[in-house]
Amino acid sequence: MSDPIPLLETPLAPLHRELGARMVPFAGYLMPVQYPAGIIAEHAHTRSKASLFDVSHMGQGRLSGDDVPHALETLVPGDIMGLAPGAIRYTLLMNERGGIRDDLMVTNAGDHLFLVVNAAHRGDDFAHLRASIGRRCLVEELGEWGLLALQGPAAAAVMARLAPGSESMRFMTARSLTVAGIPCFVTRSGYTGEDGFELSVAATEALALARALLAEPEVRPAGLGARDSLRLEAGLCLHGADIDDATTPVEADLTWVIGRRRREHGGFPGADVVQRQLAAGVERRRIGLILHDRVPARAHAVITAADGRPIGTVTSGGFSPTLGQPIAMGYVETAQAVPGTAVRVMVRDVGREAVVTAMPFVPHRYHKGS
Amino acid sequence: MSDLRFTSEHEWIRVEGDTGTVGISAYAQGQLGDMVFVDLPKVGLRVEKGAEMAVAESVKAASEVYAPAGGEVIEVNAALNTNPAAVNEDPYGRGWFLRLRLSDPGELATLMDQSTYEAYVKGLG
Repeated sequence: MSDPIPLLETPLAPLHRELGARMVPFAGYLMPVQYPAGIIAEHAHTRSKASLFDVSHMGQGRLSGDDVPHALETLVPGDIMGLAPGAIRYTLLMNERGGIRDDLMVTNAGDHLFLVVNAAHRGDDFAHLRASIGRRCLVEELGEWGLLALQGPAAAAVMARLAPGSESMRFMTARSLTVAGIPCFVTRSGYTGEDGFELSVAATEALALARALLAEPEVRPAGLGARDSLRLEAGLCLHGADIDDATTPVEADLTWVIGRRRREHGGFPGADVVQRQLAAGVERRRIGLILHDRVPARAHAVITAADGRPIGTVTSGGFSPTLGQPIAMGYVETAQAVPGTAVRVMVRDVGREAVVTAMPFVPHRYHKGS
Repeated sequence: MSDLRFTSEHEWIRVEGDTGTVGISAYAQGQLGDMVFVDLPKVGLRVEKGAEMAVAESVKAASEVYAPAGGEVIEVNAALNTNPAAVNEDPYGRGWFLRLRLSDPGELATLMDQSTYEAYVKGLG
């Protein structure tokens, strides 16, 4: 099938071709799903050394003006007023039903808030921000910017060589740094469960930055395939699969993103629904599953109780290269959403044994120390 | 020339007498990526040409594998249960899926020989 809308390319497209990437359409972009090494090797390399991911398809933007933290708090449940300069917060754009329009990273960059939103929603999100708070602050989408993610236990050593000053950064902090001589806005964050950095860079400099990072002995390229298997092992949600406009933060087990003050006072879309759910509980909850056989369960597979009664649905599933077993995320009735509960997942009409498992499946190794 | 015959869905079959060994092509394994599980049928299953007979699960996705010819499954490659990566490493050898006792060897006439198949794959871009 041909796509009537031409696919966009990131500034690293020539590099992906040179490296022999398999390119696939994703959220309107032509993106590398894997390089010749393959997803399992790229995944393993990220867990043992460091991988470079092109995530330039993600939406980047800035909110500026005196009223910015107040204004953004009308759209998200996170504590934005209390976000210190240089600190990052994971938060959610909410709808009136308590559902999640999108998830995003918000950084207090001093004179503005720096946002990173999902590729699939960048148009919607910035339109929503302009329509909702555009009179209270300046909403800018950064069109011509690259975003590179360097992820893995060796990321810090690589950055220490190329970007003096990065070594003092902790997980979920940000600062402007020169990386291999190129000005970047650097966050110590990521989507793999590993220590790592994301580098926001002008499109014209992105290729040179990527080449400089790949020239380091620990660093190899990794594609969106490994990014997905890594984030699944880390128990991190994919918007559009594990969370969407019909799931609430309480159902999604994301109540930790709701600031204490915000739980009490609300003031974000759907706050009434969220507050009621926090008090009274929810009927379904997001859970992790480990399957006993080698058969992966994919999104939309039905989860049943041991007696065969349907109790929920898989929202993301695949094979965990680290555990050597299939893992999945999904929603089940709250009574069954207890780690250790034996369930079944229907794969091609066969109920495969699985067990509800606390996430992350693979421990996070963020740099929280000094 | 090789004795392999290919379908447009990227299965191959190698015929010896009235049996055929079946797998997926080098192109198919490359497109699917790292194989993590192959769901093989039970021995004794009878399939029509074009019927789903197995599922190849890669890290990314599940893909149906169709019978290149009709027949009865007489053997499956149990080694794939413990080493599905053989499909990636050696798609025309250790990565075979199953053996069929062919019900009508005449069905093979519509399949592509290797050079025709390679030209077909090149055309897929």
